[in-house]
Amino acid sequence: MPEKKREKDLTIAEKLYIPEIVKGLGLTLKSMFRPKFTMEYPEVKFIPPASYRGRPVLVQEESGTERCVACGLCSRVCPSLAIEVQASETSLEKERYPVKFEINMLRCIFCGFCEEVCPEEAIVMSKDYELVFRDRSEAIYGKDKLMVPIRQVEDRIEFLRNFK
Amino acid sequence: MELLIQAGIALAKILIVITVMLLTVSYLVYFERKISAWIQNRRGPNRVGWYGALQPFADVFKLLLKEDIVPSNANKFIHSLAPFITLFVSFATYAVIPFGPDIKLFGRTIQLALADVNIGVLYVLALTSLGVYGLTFAGWSSGSKYSLLGGIRSSAQMISYEVSMGFSIAGVILLSESLRPMAIVESQYGFMWNALIQPIGFITIVVSAFAETNRLPFDLPEAEPELVGGYHTEYSSMKFAGFFLAEYANMIIASAMIVTLYLGGWQFPYIDKFGLSMGLTAGIQVLSFLLKMALVLFFFIWVRWSIPRFRYDQLMNLGWKVMFPLSLLNLIWVAALIMIFNI
Repeated sequence: MPEKKREKDLTIAEKLYIPEIVKGLGLTLKSMFRPKFTMEYPEVKFIPPASYRGRPVLVQEESGTERCVACGLCSRVCPSLAIEVQASETSLEKERYPVKFEINMLRCIFCGFCEEVCPEEAIVMSKDYELVFRDRSEAIYGKDKLMVPIRQVEDRIEFLRNFK
Repeated sequence: MELLIQAGIALAKILIVITVMLLTVSYLVYFERKISAWIQNRRGPNRVGWYGALQPFADVFKLLLKEDIVPSNANKFIHSLAPFITLFVSFATYAVIPFGPDIKLFGRTIQLALADVNIGVLYVLALTSLGVYGLTFAGWSSGSKYSLLGGIRSSAQMISYEVSMGFSIAGVILLSESLRPMAIVESQYGFMWNALIQPIGFITIVVSAFAETNRLPFDLPEAEPELVGGYHTEYSSMKFAGFFLAEYANMIIASAMIVTLYLGGWQFPYIDKFGLSMGLTAGIQVLSFLLKMALVLFFFIWVRWSIPRFRYDQLMNLGWKVMFPLSLLNLIWVAALIMIFNI
């Protein structure tokens, strides 16, 4: 931090205001011609990096089943009580699976605790930030909306393995 | 018959000037937003129409559809009157601004000014001082402390800067020996622009014009962080739009006055020596007037987005201790020039 200038320290040119004002005007004129950073949203979409916490999704294996074993840790850790899981048995190797897995997207605060606590890498935060609903019941996302093929969330899983 | 034709010409001129004026006001708002965006590395309005060109109309329609709220402890009559005073004053001022030389059309001479009044400059000064009433009434009648403070500030500010404005105009009048705007413009033939002859006066009039139009860095009457919206805090819908329009119309008046008094008005340096036809010369002169005005308006907007707001005491210090003596100095300078060089 440079020393703060008091009025008595100012030179005559600075006290005259005008040279300083001209300097300021020059700066703004220069920045008028700088490139703009704006992305024009509906036409140009922002593609977030892997560290981005968008809508939480359930990882769907190549075989078409979800990874989730319905342990209920995510619903337990969720600070806004957005997740509801109902477990059931299955003949697959993992033995348990969620019959019902619902996230209330009006409650979700995108904290990422669910993915942090998940022992199976079964729930991860995606890059999806376009969440629109017409009414409250539409905002409750069931398994049909939550399941996302593993290919689409690979870089997030990679990111979690490196940094979690 | 003669009278009818005269009236017809006058009406046509009024229509043209009012339409151009209203369009300029709305596009001034658009350019204010665009230029502020560019200065801040943004794009600005670009959704409505071609590069957002219809944005001003969208804004007006939005304001028209808003509910007109009058606070319950407001003085209703004066509350409604205030925006009309402000608007009336800012539009009426334009009557005496000349925007081109006399032209000959169908065998008659037409002056390119709504009214060539011989006390034009006084008329402008008188009307702009009336403009204070609009703001003060608005502030007082709203029944809100923020509005009242804004109104008081605006009256104090406008009265203070009227002095230095008056004196810097006096310098021009000394040189042109007339109060007629047309004569003042004609006296600045070639490069005899007042801005070059009396630069101090130019600076004082530009600064006073900023203060008179309540533009940043002197927009204390509507200083958002302290006063919410200042005198128009309690206004909504078309009444607010009235103040908004008046502010921009005032900017146009101020720039037109600066151009007329100091930047040679519609004069294009030595255009009559180029040997062009009468109509072409007049066209170039009108265009040069508009171009000069546009440049001054750009300067207004540019300054707004570059310089922070003054504090109230700084504003008053600047007005009375700097601008007022400077404008007197300018008057002495002009008097000395006349004494020595007999111009």
